[in-house]
Amino acid sequence: MTAPTITPPAPAPAGPSAASRIFRSFTRARETGILAALIIVIAVTTAINPGFLFSPDGWRDLLLTPAILALVAIGQAIVIITRNVDLSVGSVVGLTAYLTGQLFVGIPGIPIILVFVIGALAGGLLGLVNGALVAYGKVPALVITLGTLYAYRGINVLWAGSNRINASDVPSAFLNLGTGSFLSIPYLTILALVVLLVAGWYLRNRRGGRELYAIGSDPAAAELYGLKVTRRVLTAFVLSGALAGLAGVLFVARYGTVSSQTGTGLELQAVGAAVIGGVAIFGGSGSVYGAALGAMLLLTINRALPILGIQDFWQQAVVGVLIIGAIVLDRVLALRLSRRLVAEREVGA
Amino acid sequence: MLPSTKRRASRRLLTVGAGVVAVALALTACSSGSGSNSSSGGDKNYKITFLPKNLGNPYFDTSDKGGETAITSFKGTYNQVGPSTATADAQVSYINTLTQQQVGAIVLSANDPTALGSALTQAKSAGVKIVTFDSDTDAKYRDVFVNQATAEGIAKVQVDIITKEIGDSGEIAILSAAANATNQNAWIDLMKKDLAANHPNVKLVDTVYGNDDDQTSFDKTAALLQTHPDLKGIISPTTVGVAAAARYLSTSDAKGKVKLTGLGTPNQMREFVKDGTVDEFALWNPEDLGYLAAFTAKALIDGTITGKKGDSFEAGKLGKFTVGDNNTVLLGDPYVFNKDNIDKFNF
Amino acid sequence: MTGIDTAATTAAPRTYPDYSRPLWQRWTLTRETAVIGALIVVAVVASVVVPNFGTTVTLGFLLLDVTPILMIALPMTFVIVSGEIDLSVASTLGLSSVLLGVLTKAGWPIEAAMVACLVVGLLAGAVNGFLVTVVGLPSLAVTIGTLALFRGVAVGLLGTTAITDFPFFWQNLVQMRFGTSGIPVVMVLVVVLIIVFAVVLHATPYGRGLFALGLSKETAAFSGVNVARTKFIAFMLTGLISALAGIYWTLRYGSARGDNATGLELSVIAAVLLGGVSIFGGKGALHGVVAGVLLIGVLQSALRLANVSSDAINIITGVLLIVSVLSPRVLAWFKASRATRRRTLT
Repeated sequence: MTAPTITPPAPAPAGPSAASRIFRSFTRARETGILAALIIVIAVTTAINPGFLFSPDGWRDLLLTPAILALVAIGQAIVIITRNVDLSVGSVVGLTAYLTGQLFVGIPGIPIILVFVIGALAGGLLGLVNGALVAYGKVPALVITLGTLYAYRGINVLWAGSNRINASDVPSAFLNLGTGSFLSIPYLTILALVVLLVAGWYLRNRRGGRELYAIGSDPAAAELYGLKVTRRVLTAFVLSGALAGLAGVLFVARYGTVSSQTGTGLELQAVGAAVIGGVAIFGGSGSVYGAALGAMLLLTINRALPILGIQDFWQQAVVGVLIIGAIVLDRVLALRLSRRLVAEREVGA
Repeated sequence: MLPSTKRRASRRLLTVGAGVVAVALALTACSSGSGSNSSSGGDKNYKITFLPKNLGNPYFDTSDKGGETAITSFKGTYNQVGPSTATADAQVSYINTLTQQQVGAIVLSANDPTALGSALTQAKSAGVKIVTFDSDTDAKYRDVFVNQATAEGIAKVQVDIITKEIGDSGEIAILSAAANATNQNAWIDLMKKDLAANHPNVKLVDTVYGNDDDQTSFDKTAALLQTHPDLKGIISPTTVGVAAAARYLSTSDAKGKVKLTGLGTPNQMREFVKDGTVDEFALWNPEDLGYLAAFTAKALIDGTITGKKGDSFEAGKLGKFTVGDNNTVLLGDPYVFNKDNIDKFNF
Repeated sequence: MTGIDTAATTAAPRTYPDYSRPLWQRWTLTRETAVIGALIVVAVVASVVVPNFGTTVTLGFLLLDVTPILMIALPMTFVIVSGEIDLSVASTLGLSSVLLGVLTKAGWPIEAAMVACLVVGLLAGAVNGFLVTVVGLPSLAVTIGTLALFRGVAVGLLGTTAITDFPFFWQNLVQMRFGTSGIPVVMVLVVVLIIVFAVVLHATPYGRGLFALGLSKETAAFSGVNVARTKFIAFMLTGLISALAGIYWTLRYGSARGDNATGLELSVIAAVLLGGVSIFGGKGALHGVVAGVLLIGVLQSALRLANVSSDAINIITGVLLIVSVLSPRVLAWFKASRATRRRTLT
């Protein structure tokens, strides 16, 4: 029996050099679209009110406000890429924010870096509970994290009661971290950028990161291929929790006041930011850069609405339209891509 | 598989269910120890519960503490419940629960003038006395309203302070609490009338709502300064709002250039008065307000007053009070705080 | 693909009726019976332990509180049984509530406004249905988007104000009780709805189609179930009933606000899952759902009367939710390990 002949691939057209190929993938990338939308929003708003961008407060707020949501969105993206979802992040942020405040009140003089570490560890622990239940219990993450959303918030309320952490309970050095800048870039934004770069590099260049994509694309195949699915899913949830914990610490630095309701509703904003940023809800594609850009776009639109003359009551409607638009767009692109791939395959055969 | 295994499996489910129930009841046991002690006020039902607009609000913490002092002084049972966000439907749930618990009186600060109506009517028909303080409902839903000062006086003192500080001309804005709050809306209406009549060069350009939530008020202040670059003054007639606005202003470029005043507690405002963000602000003593409200409730339970105009009663260390128009009891006048006198107070 | 697939659902427990067991066992030793049993136990213990719990006044308030969740849980069961999920129900409730307020204030007679709200609810459900069945998007993502969109429109229409002027007749009707029994008059409507939904789910071809869809979409399609239409109708039902619940909510609390019932979808889903409906679809019964809703309602009411704050009560709801989803898994693991042990012994 003759082996099927393999036609050698046609020689690549002598056109696109490495540079122009990079350029083309850049312009086609989903993230670039978000960046373009962001620039347009900022440009239009600044045209109406130059103070939006060109005043020291405006520039600072532009970069500072999305920092907290960006951290949570990065963690959420990691989880969504594995075809799960983490709805408990809002409660985790609230719990770690209160923990941060209590640390400062209970242990005067505690080094600030230690508070950051404890916050992230606490968040990671809460994420571990989620991850264990999802990975070992093999139960849909939607339900588990719904339950932990309730449970963690309830623990927060039981612990805090009606107490609050006030700005006066927290050392002013810590609060300065929340509002100060280095070379006109706020400290918190620098922190978020560092986390973003590390996460992006890990997801793209390390085996652990790339396996997350594999698990999200086809969990059954990943299992059969021998990937340690339970361990990777566990890690994804721990990371999401740890980042949410870090965001909780940052929250205290920025706002200075924590109540038992802190962080309520943050999980939907984080999922929305990730989805808008190109992370497919059924897993397997997207990047943390997109999620961070999505967070920035979302919050910048929120801040721009009053200047554009739209009552800021409409901002949630805008978010909803953006989310639906994003997933419809993703679906259309995915359909077109699969049709193109099918056509190519048929042409090749 | 053997049928006995299946029966065991279902029994396991019931065990799990019973375990959860046990947890739930353990929680009940833990908390009912703290909640309701037997009332020892003879056969009078002196179980009085305070229901503020929301919990976690330092202003209401102070007022309700005053209520607690009063209630322990006449050997009643004090309790405080409240929602975490200042909304009316959350308060309705609590009013329903209190009706079921058959308390003697509810002392509440209302999030809405009419939405609580049917819940309060049901409570009243079950024999519960209703006293409103700080923020009123429509008169037919409550027995007596304990007001901290006349609405005109509260509105005027804030307008006077801000117009003095900005030189009686320029743009100002208001950062209020919840959009439906009875008291803030009454004061804002009077402020607008005062501005129109007495300060023609001062323009009120915007009113935003911080919902008595710290983060929302903080972000709304930032938005105000962004949207109105020529803003010269902000009035915030709510303690949560003025504290959040002061905190934002003190780290922004507008500190000192945009004047801030409103109703604040000395403890929250002290550092901002000292660092120059705020020059003067006003309030009354919320502890006295809660104290008076509790004694008003006692007087209603005793039958000393029925709430109509002319009734008078004793309110412990505050002396004798008489019910005025619209079934209202007045505490006194607002007090102006500045950096000379702020250290004398601790609330 | 369903909207709730996760990375490790390759071994979803599919329980089929085991005809080797006698009929009375198949009917009584079920998940739903466990929930009903738990409900009775909790109710009895609560009326003994918690002061003021066992009164008709409390019963009346409990039923009034539980009504919106009970109403929405009925069509939500349809949606979850068919393998989808609908997170936007609370936002549709809020939208309908706001619309009722806005139209009443604009001078519409309240009956006409109510009809308009129901129509809007149907349309909202149709939007969800369209995006899921025609465009082919996962229902989790779609309903997260419509959750934000509908809530956003509701808040946008009213801002943070509330409309509180409704005809006294309707507000009173919603709160009226039957004589001294404490049972609210609206329970008539609720019971009718329960009967209708139970009949449709368990005794009509449409209901069988829902179960078939949840078990396997391809098989259902080849068996003649019109997949698109079945799911579309299910989503329209959640929209319609959520709008009805919105009308009830507005009249009961006397205020139409954009943020009414925020977060209610979680209570509904928790109650449905607690009542024995499988999150993977294809399994569930309505009597379990009703018992689940009542169980959570009784627990919350009893704890509130015992002065536990309602936010802390959420721990119970969260734990119950997790337990209810984990227990089939834990049971399956038990059975599997027992089977392995028996195999290695023989």
